[in-house]
Amino acid sequence: MYENGIQSPKGVWWKPAHRAEKVWIAIAFGWCMVLFAMMPIWHLRGGQNVSGIRHKVEAADFRERTNEFIAAYQVGEDRGMPIVEPPPGSDIYLLGMMWQWRPILRLQEGAEYILHLSSVDVNHGFNLHPFNINFQVVPGYDYGLRITPTEAGEFRIVCNEFCGVGHHMMVGRVEVVSAEESRWGGNASGGDGGDPNGQAGGDQ
Amino acid sequence: MSASTSQAAIPSLFRTCPSTGLKVHDHAERLIRAHAVVATVMLLVGGIAALLVLLTRWQAIHLLDAVWFYRILTVHGMNMLIFFIIFFEMAVLLFAGPILLNCRMPAVKTAWGAFGLMVLGMLLVQWTMWTGQADVLFTSYVPLQAHSNFYLGVILFAVGTLITTGIFFATLVVAKREKTYEGSVPLVTFGALTAAIIAVITLLHGAAIYIPTWFWSMGMMEVDAQVYRMVWWGLGHSSQQINVAAMVSIWYLLATLTVGGVVLNQKVSRIAFVLYILFISMASAHHLLVDPGMGSAWKVWNTSYFMYMAVLASMIHGFTVPAGVEMGMRLRGFTQGFFGWLKRAPWGDPGFSSLVLSVVVFGFVGGITGVTFGTEQINIIAHNTLRIPGHFHATVVSGTAMAFMGLTWYVIPLIFRKRIAFYPLVKIQPYLFAFGMLLFSLAMTFAGTFGAPRRLWDMTYSGAPFDVQYSPAMDIIIAVMAIGGLMGIVGGGIYILATVWSVFFGKPLPEGKEAEYVGSIPLGLIRRPWTETPATDEDPEAPGRFGAVPGTVFLVAIFFVAFVVYYFANWALLSFTWQVG
Repeated sequence: MYENGIQSPKGVWWKPAHRAEKVWIAIAFGWCMVLFAMMPIWHLRGGQNVSGIRHKVEAADFRERTNEFIAAYQVGEDRGMPIVEPPPGSDIYLLGMMWQWRPILRLQEGAEYILHLSSVDVNHGFNLHPFNINFQVVPGYDYGLRITPTEAGEFRIVCNEFCGVGHHMMVGRVEVVSAEESRWGGNASGGDGGDPNGQAGGDQ
Repeated sequence: MSASTSQAAIPSLFRTCPSTGLKVHDHAERLIRAHAVVATVMLLVGGIAALLVLLTRWQAIHLLDAVWFYRILTVHGMNMLIFFIIFFEMAVLLFAGPILLNCRMPAVKTAWGAFGLMVLGMLLVQWTMWTGQADVLFTSYVPLQAHSNFYLGVILFAVGTLITTGIFFATLVVAKREKTYEGSVPLVTFGALTAAIIAVITLLHGAAIYIPTWFWSMGMMEVDAQVYRMVWWGLGHSSQQINVAAMVSIWYLLATLTVGGVVLNQKVSRIAFVLYILFISMASAHHLLVDPGMGSAWKVWNTSYFMYMAVLASMIHGFTVPAGVEMGMRLRGFTQGFFGWLKRAPWGDPGFSSLVLSVVVFGFVGGITGVTFGTEQINIIAHNTLRIPGHFHATVVSGTAMAFMGLTWYVIPLIFRKRIAFYPLVKIQPYLFAFGMLLFSLAMTFAGTFGAPRRLWDMTYSGAPFDVQYSPAMDIIIAVMAIGGLMGIVGGGIYILATVWSVFFGKPLPEGKEAEYVGSIPLGLIRRPWTETPATDEDPEAPGRFGAVPGTVFLVAIFFVAFVVYYFANWALLSFTWQVG
């Protein structure tokens, strides 16, 4: 005898389930284990993770590091914003503030960088357009992510965390160039500039 | 004709049970009415805000300026996700307690005081929002700062909620002690109890974050931006889990009221509810997966709600609710084939159509996208894009609000004792609302797949130093989103019109005369399937080798395939992007 949802079950209601229920619960449980296992597996095998190198940082210190970074590697300027071309393998800095991303980054295709993200005022959202790579940029925290641009081109950084009335104007730029076009292509890779990975000696 | 158990439950619904005392019952009913009326007003305000937000994001119209867009977006979030939903949920607790347990309403004055506190807090929040002193959106991420009265208003509202929840617990004690029911509490009350427990957990998180933030807004202390996000989402996400638990309880309730659905197995359904309590508050992590403050071990463990045990709970309810409907129908003789029970179901009963649409859209769209986007690495291609509001409009709007609306068509005749105005319109309301919101959610999800940000006033980025080009398909996707959203808003408008009209200007419904009002109240109230005793105690003969509920087995199999395909498609999508880590 079944009760409905508004009847009080009398006596012991701890009874065996239907076979269909048991089978479904077993399948659902197995699927939950797959869902759980996929995340550690992707850490071992996948190319896209969120681990990063994470530290607390004072806003003033991060601003200072960004300025040093810009001073060291600036190669030009666009609409008042410095263009910076750091060597492959180096630590690079991107500072979010109301309402700009500073500086413009020129990166080398196939090279790995450690991209440091932070904010000096409120929360911002890092959205690499059009690849749709998203990270939260939190004031007081330095998120260092190893990134490897996979293709050359012009990209944008769109802020996707509400940061005040000028939020929609907060658009930054990333340029990815091939190893030949890269300022570091010859030197940093230690060869003739044709090394597609461009990583060897990247710390010079 | 009826088992004694059901007869005991029914008179209390109709207030004819002499033992409970009519006067006391009036208090519960008056409280339910007050909460329901305020909830509807909140829905109206939030709905108007929804229209304004939609017409601004629809770039072809772009109605509001930037300041008012973010202001109205704040109004939309607070009114819908906090005020409408929680006022309605308090009404549900007042129904699942005193009414379903057939007992008196304890602490009546305190309950009215709590209601007053909630209204006061709500008005304080409204005042700061509308006067431009709280342009911080629903999440109010520190260090964006609102006027201190905004935080104070939320705190007062939460205290009121906590008191009403406490009174619900007291009702359970009173009913048990005064022996107003035999055996265990009904499943619907059990589900409401889990919602109430989750509400307490949620509100404690709320206190832990809003009280320090209130002091911070007055310059008295510091609040760390990352800690704020973590604790705030202990409130923000957990409060959506109150919705889930309340919604699932309403699913069981509507299944009972509309077609005489049964509980296939009390043990299974109750364990699933308990799983919600145990693991749901870990879901704060869903919002922090690409944040710098936490490590991967923390993220994996928490985002999975302890190895997806809360997801397991939802998958169980996703089976047992339709299975309960199927079994209830089969027991009543609708045994033909796999889907005879579905074909013969009362699709014109707005309570039933709301139930089915709520289950389907919540499960297929809200559930699948939620679990997928809540996967640690997949969140990289979902965080803060339109995929996120695409997901939660499918859960909170097409799931929770749809279920609440479906229940309303039963509450108006049962509690307000009124016939439903514009009933022919009400019969199509669930379809209009659900299909509109489905279109809206799917379009948002697609737009987000192309990287369109959520919470953005201008997708042309006017005034930005560099241009941003989207796929040419984006304009079409946004137009589909707008059309779906408008359909949803019309559906919501019909809901508000019909409920307000019925309650304030509606024709009365004499007790015991339901059968004379076919066409102005839901069919379930005329047939009263929950009072019939099925012809047999045995499981009816079902076709095939798929057990007693073959139709449900078939439906969950489709769901499972959709889940697996969408989940792995997202891993594939992720693998195409830049290497990062």
